[in-house]
Amino acid sequence: MDTYETLRQFADTWVLLAMFLFFLGVVLWVLRPGSSEAYEDVATIPLRNDDGPLEDEGPAAAGPMSRTASPTEEVRK
Amino acid sequence: MLDTVKLAILGVVAVGAAIVANYAHDLAFQVHALIFMLVAAGLFVHTLRHFGEAKPEPAGYEDGLIRWGVILTTFWGVVGFLVGVFIAFQLAYPQLNFEWAQPYLNFGRLRPLHTSAVIFAFGGTALITTSFYVVQRTSAARLWNVPLAKFVFWGYQLFIVLAATGYLLGATQSKEYAEPEWYVDLWLTIVWVAYLAVFVGTLVKRKEPHIYVANWFYLAFIVTIAMLHLGNNVALPVSLLGSKSVIAWAGVQDALIQWWYGHNAVGFFLTAGFLGMMYYFVPKQAERPVYSYKLSIVHFWALIFLYIWAGPHHLHYTALPDWAQTLGMVFSVILWMPSWGGMINGLMTLSGAWDKLRTDPIIRMMVTAVAFYGMSTFEGPMMSIKAVNSLSHYTDWTIGHVHSGALGWVAMITFGALYFLTPRLWKRERLYSTRLVAWHFWLAMIGIVLYAASMWVTGIMEGLMWREVDQNGFLVNAFIDTVIAKHPMYVVRALGGTMFLAGALIMAWNLWKTVTSVEEKKSETPAEVPAE
Repeated sequence: MDTYETLRQFADTWVLLAMFLFFLGVVLWVLRPGSSEAYEDVATIPLRNDDGPLEDEGPAAAGPMSRTASPTEEVRK
Repeated sequence: MLDTVKLAILGVVAVGAAIVANYAHDLAFQVHALIFMLVAAGLFVHTLRHFGEAKPEPAGYEDGLIRWGVILTTFWGVVGFLVGVFIAFQLAYPQLNFEWAQPYLNFGRLRPLHTSAVIFAFGGTALITTSFYVVQRTSAARLWNVPLAKFVFWGYQLFIVLAATGYLLGATQSKEYAEPEWYVDLWLTIVWVAYLAVFVGTLVKRKEPHIYVANWFYLAFIVTIAMLHLGNNVALPVSLLGSKSVIAWAGVQDALIQWWYGHNAVGFFLTAGFLGMMYYFVPKQAERPVYSYKLSIVHFWALIFLYIWAGPHHLHYTALPDWAQTLGMVFSVILWMPSWGGMINGLMTLSGAWDKLRTDPIIRMMVTAVAFYGMSTFEGPMMSIKAVNSLSHYTDWTIGHVHSGALGWVAMITFGALYFLTPRLWKRERLYSTRLVAWHFWLAMIGIVLYAASMWVTGIMEGLMWREVDQNGFLVNAFIDTVIAKHPMYVVRALGGTMFLAGALIMAWNLWKTVTSVEEKKSETPAEVPAE
């Protein structure tokens, strides 16, 4: 078998399996217990930190109030 | 010290480019060497005038660059649409290939100018601009290495100018969406590596522990475009002093690599990058988080894994092996799922706030964009099925499909982002006129419908005319018969494009007036405003 055949066979067997398992792993990871609460928080990332970067001390130091601005604070017009 | 090094490099580049221009083998290469010379000389003078000045790093987000991005995205959009309208009229009325402007303004040279202007100039500038905006806000961190970010932004603009002037002067390697010649490709490679560094650098110094999904899409866009660009542009220059180069691949391998590149340019430039935009700006404008964050993660990985295989559907019934054609078709059809997953996620973000569609033309624009994303990602898989493709391929149906994606999805979501960004970046109370946004929306909308409908009619018509045979098996129609039959639809298409262009001009005016004549936003809590 030449290099092409070898590589092709490797790609359409083991690599295919590896990629499929990786994808399956992603789906299972997304559905892990406790993920809903975690994703509920990260989904609001775009709705905060509008005014400027957080300080160097890290998110904990900035306090909960500045981190989780409620969406209604964003009202425009 | 740094300024001295900069001066030395810029001086060498300016003089070197002047020498190269003197010995250049062709006009395009000469003009490009002169452009490099002028840019380097200009930067040399600029560096000299500000020699040794201490520049304090300001706090807050880096928005100056993004303001330039909004201006230039609007500018390139108008330019790209204008060229598109002109070549649409050229197709309807060939007399517009003026004799006095040959060969510079004929259809063959203006068409790549149009595609590159809308994809790379308008779309690319929009992507770089919004990615810099989004990555800062969602990381709660200032852009990493602002001077490098400036190099990325302006270096990309130089790439656009080199590509555009090159096409008009006849420098092209004749690869769809990858026409720029070898030295322009090399320049883009440098810019792109710097882009990746700035983006990842900002992610590394993020203050939010989680990397928001929009950044994943932007990152996939940056990484994959780098890979595609390198793979598709392996070329050997005929001379280091000329623009001509020879591609390393030949025959069907070249065709496959070209469409592996071409389709993934659609998948990762015009889809993944703009999905990044969707996942930030739709929740922002709707003032609510994305419908399902879980779905967004599955959407991301499914899209990434599937898109890369779909390219061979551009080569049905060619010398490409049958199994590769079938592979391309199957993956294109499966791709329907993640695409619609993303569309549902975008649309459902508005659940509970559907009334905004009536009151807010910006959200209407974004939702229309997502709806067009859904429609063209349904049409695409359908056209990739071999039996359908045998009718649709090489006809105007393909052109219509591309435009429902490009005008409906890419441009509409970009317009929405521009309307969102302008009042914020210039700290204005509101947009100059919401009514004008509504005008823009309807002009663009009717323009797209005219465009897509006329291309469906003409595409299916010419596909059927090409395969029509009489009872003895002879072809009934000559090629010119289809050309004549298509004329009315070409006029309708050009009118649709004109309406779309008119909408973009209204947007440019609206954004201009927003910056110049809307009062500044009064801040209620001045303490929280960044120093910038």
